[in-house]
Amino acid sequence: MGMTITQKIIARHAGLASVKAGQFVECALDLVLGNDITAPIAIEEFEKCGAGRVFDPAKVALVPDHFTPNKDIAAATQCARMRRFARSHDIVNYFEVGQMGIEHALLPEMGLVVSGDAVIGADSHTCTYGALGAFSTGVGSTDMAAGMATGRCWFKVPAAFNFRLTGRPGPYVGGKDVILHIIGLIGVDGALYRSMEFSGEGVGALTMDDRFTIANMAIEAGAKNGIFPVDEQTLAYVREHSDRSPVTEAADSDAEYEKTFSIDLTQIPLTVAYPHLPSNTRPVAEARDVPIDQVVIGSCTNGRFSDLRAAADVLRGRRVAKGVRAIIIPATQRIYLKAMKEGLLETFVEAGCAVSTPTCGPCLGGHMGILAAGERAVATTNRNFVGRMGHVESEVYLAGPAVAAASAVAGRIASPDEL
Amino acid sequence: MIIEGRVHKYGDNVDTDVIIPARYLNTTDPARLAAHCMEDIDASFVSSVKPGDIIVGGMNFGCGSSREHAPLAIKGSGVSFVLAKSFARIFFRNAINIGLAILECPEAVDGIRDGDTVEIDVDTGVITNKTTAERFTAQPFPPFLQKIIAAGGLMASIAAGKGARG
Repeated sequence: MGMTITQKIIARHAGLASVKAGQFVECALDLVLGNDITAPIAIEEFEKCGAGRVFDPAKVALVPDHFTPNKDIAAATQCARMRRFARSHDIVNYFEVGQMGIEHALLPEMGLVVSGDAVIGADSHTCTYGALGAFSTGVGSTDMAAGMATGRCWFKVPAAFNFRLTGRPGPYVGGKDVILHIIGLIGVDGALYRSMEFSGEGVGALTMDDRFTIANMAIEAGAKNGIFPVDEQTLAYVREHSDRSPVTEAADSDAEYEKTFSIDLTQIPLTVAYPHLPSNTRPVAEARDVPIDQVVIGSCTNGRFSDLRAAADVLRGRRVAKGVRAIIIPATQRIYLKAMKEGLLETFVEAGCAVSTPTCGPCLGGHMGILAAGERAVATTNRNFVGRMGHVESEVYLAGPAVAAASAVAGRIASPDEL
Repeated sequence: MIIEGRVHKYGDNVDTDVIIPARYLNTTDPARLAAHCMEDIDASFVSSVKPGDIIVGGMNFGCGSSREHAPLAIKGSGVSFVLAKSFARIFFRNAINIGLAILECPEAVDGIRDGDTVEIDVDTGVITNKTTAERFTAQPFPPFLQKIIAAGGLMASIAAGKGARG
């Protein structure tokens, strides 16, 4: 029996000729990631077990992105702990506020992940790097501690679903609409413990940013990872961002997929996920008369340059509706600078938006845009659970950047066509 | 090991944001985390939970974030066991890694109500609802995971492995 893309990467990192679904293996890791929320626990565990030094100071990445710039004294204390650890272990890839970006936008941009890598991160959206044809998955702090100590991690080899993509997305439709549509189809545990592998000629119609967004939300369907085949676009991205050599793994022709879903990108509508699950999706066209208080455009899901451009294209020459707070958060400093140079930030400010330094902030209800009781937000983020962005009686509607921007202008959930 | 406790029962897709909201993640202290455990789904949990109590959930328990603060908050609140129809994969790993006892058994979940008293034989996977006298058996974990559990969690198992090699 052949192997999936994920299984091939796992086998190579486990030093095995082949693996099969259900098998327990231990893999060598190319990168171990943590942030200001998860790393402090990992550091405690690491120090408690007397591990000594990290396995490789160039293969640990520490990114203070969640409660930064420090939102309060407790958060500052956690960041200080991580900073001390980074210094004392000579961690090469520690990114201070000012160079920092949201980890899952930052690491690919810095060339720290390339095709064929095996990566763990103590953050559930670590699955983002599947866009590059890497096996990457979220773990907890103790796994991160063990990864930092040994450079290894145990995995149960996942079974897989195949999502065969055809066609091209319509106007304004992007990666967010594709993944929300798929999660709506299979549910928040639809791909539990499995790989979501994307295939087919439709992959070529998706930009790298679309693919990052799609792989990013594989966890929202319960998946272990989401992964794309490596094509010319991937290789061009890796060449532009990294000095490392990518390894291209392709699924065997007889690879075993538990299910295959045929997804025609042409048919996917602009999509919004209602509270309180990402699977609670509807076409935006059906979501009339939902007044909103806040819009957030950013996050590891949709804070990349093309997302900002999509939002700016809608906001240019328009104003944010009275009574709506629109918050734009470029995901990295490089994206921020490019948005500045290309006039996007000016467009946002002229439209009445607040523009923030990179942070995960409001996505997880941390800071920089918390909702009060009864308030409602349209956000390009990834989760709309109860209380996710603030008060337990607030609501989050998930959408792509064009819909979020149009909603900011309309003061209710709206598609750009309605403006 | 035999565990007995009173059940706090919840539905499907109990996410890590309701187990421990992100606004409390500026600490790693299990006692301080426990003070807000389940707050956004069950405001009475913290005042009613007793040492040894059992949480019973439906499908996909612990979905969402990778925050290990979620199983730490549950463990810190004195809960001895989490039984669910299925666990989200990161929560599953985290629970095993930090030594929070868990099992998956859909039939048992259906046969247990909020407030029931349940006994769990962790070694055999036999679950007894003492309120109704019904009995269920969960699939035991594969040997690979049992080794980590027996060592007392992942870091302890790594330390033990090093000792054996060194």
